[in-house]
Amino acid sequence: MEGQRTKSFSLTTILEWFGSTFGQILTAIIVPVVTFVVMWRGFIFLRDGNAPKLVIAVVAIIWGVGGVALIYFVTNWLIERLPPRWTERLQPFLFVGPALAILFWYLAIPTIRTFILSLKDRTGQEFVGLQNYVAVFTDRLMTTAFRNNLLWILVGASLSVIFGLLVAILADRSRFENFAKSLIFMPMAISMVGAGVIWNFIYEVKEAGSAQIGLLNAIWVMLGNEPQAWTAFNQPWNNLFLIVILIWMQTGFAMVIFSAAIKGIPDELIEAARVDGATEVQIFFRIMIPYIMGTIITVSTTIVIFTLKIFDIVWVMTGGQFGTHVIATQFYRQAFTNQNKGYAAAIAIVLVLAVVPVMIYNLRQFAEEEAF
Amino acid sequence: MKSSKRENLIRDIVINGTLLLLVLLWTIPTLGIFISSFRTRFNIQTSGWWTIFPHKEWQMVEEREIPEDADPDGVMNIAGATGTFDEFREGITTEDGRQVIWSGNKSLGTIRIKEKRWEFLPELTLNNYGQVLAGKSYEIQTADGGTMEVQGDNFLGAFLNSLTVSIPATIIPILIAAFAAYGFAWMNFPGRKVFFIIVVALLVVPLQIALVPILRDYVKLDLNGTFLAIWLAHTGFGLPLATYLLFNYIKGLPRDILESAFIDGASHFTIFLRLILPLSVPALASFAIFQFLWVWNDYLVALVFIGAKPDVQILTMRIAEMVGSRGSDWHLLTAGAFISMILPLIVFFSLQRYFVRGLLAGSVKG
Repeated sequence: MEGQRTKSFSLTTILEWFGSTFGQILTAIIVPVVTFVVMWRGFIFLRDGNAPKLVIAVVAIIWGVGGVALIYFVTNWLIERLPPRWTERLQPFLFVGPALAILFWYLAIPTIRTFILSLKDRTGQEFVGLQNYVAVFTDRLMTTAFRNNLLWILVGASLSVIFGLLVAILADRSRFENFAKSLIFMPMAISMVGAGVIWNFIYEVKEAGSAQIGLLNAIWVMLGNEPQAWTAFNQPWNNLFLIVILIWMQTGFAMVIFSAAIKGIPDELIEAARVDGATEVQIFFRIMIPYIMGTIITVSTTIVIFTLKIFDIVWVMTGGQFGTHVIATQFYRQAFTNQNKGYAAAIAIVLVLAVVPVMIYNLRQFAEEEAF
Repeated sequence: MKSSKRENLIRDIVINGTLLLLVLLWTIPTLGIFISSFRTRFNIQTSGWWTIFPHKEWQMVEEREIPEDADPDGVMNIAGATGTFDEFREGITTEDGRQVIWSGNKSLGTIRIKEKRWEFLPELTLNNYGQVLAGKSYEIQTADGGTMEVQGDNFLGAFLNSLTVSIPATIIPILIAAFAAYGFAWMNFPGRKVFFIIVVALLVVPLQIALVPILRDYVKLDLNGTFLAIWLAHTGFGLPLATYLLFNYIKGLPRDILESAFIDGASHFTIFLRLILPLSVPALASFAIFQFLWVWNDYLVALVFIGAKPDVQILTMRIAEMVGSRGSDWHLLTAGAFISMILPLIVFFSLQRYFVRGLLAGSVKG
């Protein structure tokens, strides 16, 4: 009796267990499948659909954002249905997994793939050793690009930092600080393509004798000179007229960061210096600059990295003509216009090598300050 | 004491004056295309945009026959001006501020008398915007009062595409990065440190490194030219910074919240959704603005992954294309450029505080 009861009890438990598990397994399969089908249909609709633009836009936004959220929800729902030990083990990977997968697919692995490609010929079939690198460092167009990029960094990045510092300090002592800062910061919100149009219009040139509609030539002619095509002639100085755009766009960035740093300097420090009879200039060079040196280095590094990859401005303004090519425009030209993948890959690797010191610095900082 | 007051005043003037000058230098370029976008094609091509402000300009006040006794080969005296034919051709300015010009050749011509008068050309129009925004065709008023059909530039379509690209390409990386940041900050799993070091290392990697391999993948997967392709690309390129920033923020949240929620039996997922996300709104907003401006203004990524597909083209691509093909159609270029700037400018000016906070939190991006 005793034994039978236990037996039948355990039998029903097993049956129940089996039933519920089966049901669970069934839902566990159905829910992801339905999710997948819905996502896939959405994708096909978006790729091949012929609906009005507005409908496509709305569907795409809902599908894209909702889809990602849905994937997290469904996967988590599945994981939480597993035995607790497994939930605990797998859940962290639900959290960091998608991010890591995308990082690996889009940045980490491509670095290796691009490196391998850089050792191959233009079609990516045969290995050619370091031939692409030799070409990168000897081609006349590439050496011009390197020289120009250097010019961009030396003139553009440093003037952005200097102007940024100047504005930050002036604004700090001015009554209309916020107004001035907002307006100088504004170009940061504009695309480099838009900035290209804005400055192309300033540099616009008309024949001598007719009205100059470009501001720079209007002033230039008013001063009694012949109108100039600023971005085309006087190579390599025409590059400076493109670099001006970078300064126009990046000064605001530098200013905002410096402004915050300057406000962090203790007032007592500056007051004490004043009492000791220091002039404003002395205060600036002896106290402010050393105090915010860390910030200056950070901002400079950021702008230098940004400048290293400069592409849109040159591509829109001159397309690299008139000796204005930079590394990134050469990369684009080789990769997509000339279809010389190996060569382009070598250029990309050179770009990466250029930022390696910064990468190492970042990692060191991280290792030092982080009790991870 | 008095002299120090005066010194202060001078210092004030120097500081504010320099600042004002810089502000002017920084705003005038944008002002130029803003004003031009409302001017007619003809006006843009024949006069600078600054002429819409009142200014003095030579205006013809009188045109008369060449006097009978004038000798084109010698020195002449016409309308109070004295000079040779060549000088008259150039225009002679008289003492009472008039300009006398011989128009035409020696035997056939007229004398034009000009005076400097106040003038401005306030003739403004919305036509440029209409034409740039329009889809297939657009009717414009011609100078003689008739209408003319021109090709519209379909910026409205490109605007919608830009939105369709930017909104998910802003939200998706934030969502994924927030999950990852929580995972790195508050969960334990093998490889946690190594993976985070990889995130930090990828912070400054230039995206150029990925363009060729990813394009290959997209061609294989038939993803090229789809919205998904470009969302994922922007997600990939934005993730290191997003994860890093959000990690720093989430790690800084007080740990007792998490522990008490755990004691109440909440799972990681619930804690993340109900507690961490709402608490992280400031950090999420800063990065959202950053990423939105970045994606909206992006040109290179779109150029590579959308390419020549006209119905998916975003604003920056349309404008760049227009610069290439119709670089002197300033009435359209200026209007187009302004359309592309309007949304980021609104976002920028209304949410500047958050944007600045985001910039201050971390200012490196690959």
